Amino acid sequence: MSEEKNLIEGRTGKWEIILGLEVHAQVISEAKLFSGASTTFGADPNSQVSLVDAAFPGMLPVINKRCVEQAVRTGLGLKAEINLKSVFDRKNYFYADLPAGYQISQYTQPIVGKGTITLDMPDGSKRHVGITRLHLEQDAGKSLHDQHPTKSYIDLNRSGIALMEIVSEPDMRSAEEAAAYLKKLRSILRYLGTCDGNMEEGSMRCDVNVSVRKLGDPLGTRCEIKNVNSIRYVQQAIEYEARRQVEIIEDGGTIRQETRLYDPGKGETRSMRSKEHAHDYRYFPDPDLLPLVLDPNWVSEIKATLPELPDEKRARFVSQYGLSDYDAGVLVGEKETAEYYEAVAKGRDAKLAANWVSSELFGQLNKAGKWITDSPVSAEALGGLIDLIADNTISGRIAKDVFAAMFETGKPAKQIVEEKGLRQVTDTGAIDAAIDDIMAKNADKVAEYRGGKDKLLGFFVGQVMKATGGKANPALLNERLKAKLAG
Amino acid sequence: MSSALPPSELTGLTIAGALDGLAKREFSAVELAQAHLKAMEKHRDLNAYVVETPDKALAMAKASDERRAKGEALGALEGVPLAIKDLFCTDGVQTTAGSHILEGFKPPYESTVTANLWQAGAVMLGKVNMDEFAMGSSNLTSHFGGVTNPWRRKGDNKRLVPGGSSGGSASAVAARMALAATGTDTGGSIRQPAAFTGIVGIKPTYGRCSRWGIVAFASSLDQAGPMARSVKDCAIMLGAMAGHDPKDSTSVDLPVPDYTRALTGDVRGLRVGIPKEYRLDGMSAEIEKLWAQGAEWLKKAGAEIKEISLPHTKYALPTYYIIAPAEASSNLARYDGVRFGLRVPGESLDDMYEKTRAEGFGKEVRRRIMIGTYVLSAGYYDAYYLKAQKLRALIARDFETAFRDVDVILTPSTPSAAFAEGENTDDPVQMYLNDVFTVTVNLAGLPGISVPAGLNAEGLPLGLQLIGRAFDEETLFRVGGVLESSASFTAKPAGY
Repeated sequence: MSEEKNLIEGRTGKWEIILGLEVHAQVISEAKLFSGASTTFGADPNSQVSLVDAAFPGMLPVINKRCVEQAVRTGLGLKAEINLKSVFDRKNYFYADLPAGYQISQYTQPIVGKGTITLDMPDGSKRHVGITRLHLEQDAGKSLHDQHPTKSYIDLNRSGIALMEIVSEPDMRSAEEAAAYLKKLRSILRYLGTCDGNMEEGSMRCDVNVSVRKLGDPLGTRCEIKNVNSIRYVQQAIEYEARRQVEIIEDGGTIRQETRLYDPGKGETRSMRSKEHAHDYRYFPDPDLLPLVLDPNWVSEIKATLPELPDEKRARFVSQYGLSDYDAGVLVGEKETAEYYEAVAKGRDAKLAANWVSSELFGQLNKAGKWITDSPVSAEALGGLIDLIADNTISGRIAKDVFAAMFETGKPAKQIVEEKGLRQVTDTGAIDAAIDDIMAKNADKVAEYRGGKDKLLGFFVGQVMKATGGKANPALLNERLKAKLAG
Repeated sequence: MSSALPPSELTGLTIAGALDGLAKREFSAVELAQAHLKAMEKHRDLNAYVVETPDKALAMAKASDERRAKGEALGALEGVPLAIKDLFCTDGVQTTAGSHILEGFKPPYESTVTANLWQAGAVMLGKVNMDEFAMGSSNLTSHFGGVTNPWRRKGDNKRLVPGGSSGGSASAVAARMALAATGTDTGGSIRQPAAFTGIVGIKPTYGRCSRWGIVAFASSLDQAGPMARSVKDCAIMLGAMAGHDPKDSTSVDLPVPDYTRALTGDVRGLRVGIPKEYRLDGMSAEIEKLWAQGAEWLKKAGAEIKEISLPHTKYALPTYYIIAPAEASSNLARYDGVRFGLRVPGESLDDMYEKTRAEGFGKEVRRRIMIGTYVLSAGYYDAYYLKAQKLRALIARDFETAFRDVDVILTPSTPSAAFAEGENTDDPVQMYLNDVFTVTVNLAGLPGISVPAGLNAEGLPLGLQLIGRAFDEETLFRVGGVLESSASFTAKPAGY
């Protein structure tokens, strides 16, 4: 059931958007799914192609155990059923970048069955999206159509690399939910170390199934938007496509089930030039491969090595560090961030650490366009800064300037404080002298204060702080000032 | 050094005899190879060889002689010259599968089976002709022309077919142009040509020999095996070919026994099944007589003959002619003109595919691709492919049940002797009937051997088939040896 805000207002009433996602996630492994060839991204064209990948006569596929392990690990991370017996099928079609004329995939018996992903919506609510299945399959090569005026070039480096196709139930109701799904899935995959989730390099690709219906009606005809390569584009494509479908239906038309492409330049989806021949993939079990049978003990061993996943980590951050659910969510989104945070928080004020990581550090990183693993301020260094606040060496306000300098120079907090002479003044004599000086210069205001104008305290604090270059310990300053003004 | 034996006697040896002669230094491997190269040259009219590799043969033979001279460890086929079916990829030597689409293709790799043979010291004479992509029972579908059977009918000089698809292998071995040859058998392609040419051929259990580097026809049925002039020679050669290969997921990790030790000649107490469903309507009296004779020989040697039932036999041919083309239609998709072999330029990618495949594949291959594509298509899959898979399981179960009561099954190898081109070769269905006794074995993944057992009235060889339990090739060699000695088949094609 959709929330009101997610419905599309049409001329004839309100429409609900129904979304299901198919994500192709490239498995992190040294070698391809059925050959020993390397999987490194960005190598010279056709330099990572074995005779199996190029489908030479008589070549046979042999399953790469590491890829199976990664699929099982992912299935366990998605809290899904692991099918101890699964079958590889051939999906037959002709294309120049598909050397064998078929792709080895899993059709009726995938390695992973039903599972769930919990979405964390920006408003703090949670939604559960069903996973229908996960199966292993080979990637195709790449056709390069822009290298020559009349010819296409084929690069088979990608041919045979293992993909996990992760299919969701049609459980999402808005572009925002689809985005949250992709972010959460990517986060889980990265935590598991089974896919790097890099949509720009194509190691995670998304097909979006979109349909619309009036509330309470049966599911409408869906269109599949193929190969959308960023979360932002997924959202844009959904918004556009849902409105397009509503308009067609409200104009008395019907939706044709078809495959569409999203054009980010024009912000629209359009029908992929439909080939005259509809694809009939003629799936059948690959006779070169025996059914894949998993030892339940091996699955248990993999399960025992699963890392703490984002949902569990988030719950632990709330209970262990006393963080709000929202703050914990921000910190666990990426495994590296969570690790960074825990290193900072260790032995320190956990909430203060959380604030520093999620506001100052994230702010500076965003501004610099840097990833946490490239942060010029290490967790240890940030911890050192927080220690200086804790032992009253510097104030929180000064600390922000120190942090900016640390980010800029990579120097430790202590060094910056010393070099710039930012150490807090805790010497009562020096503070008293400054207070006396200010009071002497502003005798009229002192009189007013003493006459009952308490609000002038702020004025005196500001003046004394200015006179001490901001280094006076605020608590001490307050205490001394109040005493002196009181006469 | 000149050999103690004239060349004609060298080519007439068995593998066992040649190994013995080589060991006794009666002749060298080079002399043995030279004698065969000469015979190959002499009988080129049979069109058995597609590619002759004399330089390679002599170099390998020389290396073998050197190993022997130095007293190095010798392989099981040390110095034995062999013909290799053109379905096996051979490093740097053209491999075509009998097809125009692969004409000129020289693989940069060696199939596991041939690599095993070379490892065992064997010498390669050349690549032998075959039905295109192993699809045929006459060798008439080869792009490189049909192969002639060295046998002739009495008083008739009409050229006969050697059977297929391993027709070149059969003809080369029968005509003394190789001591033995590799074959492959998807529905009878070793056993039927062996029967047609009076030699022995065994299709081992599926998974016994690696399929790596063998051009695929129907992956779940294809299996390599030896073709030779005696049961013992097949036993020696299979021992060298077989074994587990991590590169073939369907190859089985079981030790390879010394098959020659199975040839004890003792079949006392062995239970031999005679499947009643193999007694076809209109079966020739000659075949029926030979079959009864075979049973009689085994009985005389102390075996027990039992009638058995394999009730789903009648579905075997239609089942085979759905599954094999289905797999072939997918396996042959890679011949698309993009990476190797023939390319006929076209206006577009699809046009190039169509032109290349139309020109590159022969009629029978195109027919089977069409059948296979059809039976896997949406809407037909359940009615054809799925049903065929179910029948395949039932056929396998028939054998399992039968092997509770018997140790080996005896049948004819083929429903007739070799035929001439033009005789029953125009109607594909008639042609497919050649496989009636052999396809069940492939569908069930079992081992089967054909042993020459007699001549028909026209003087042409006929074979008997033995079918065994999975991975029990030893019983086939044991019983085959008894059939061989009982039949004392010594006939040779005239002039070879």
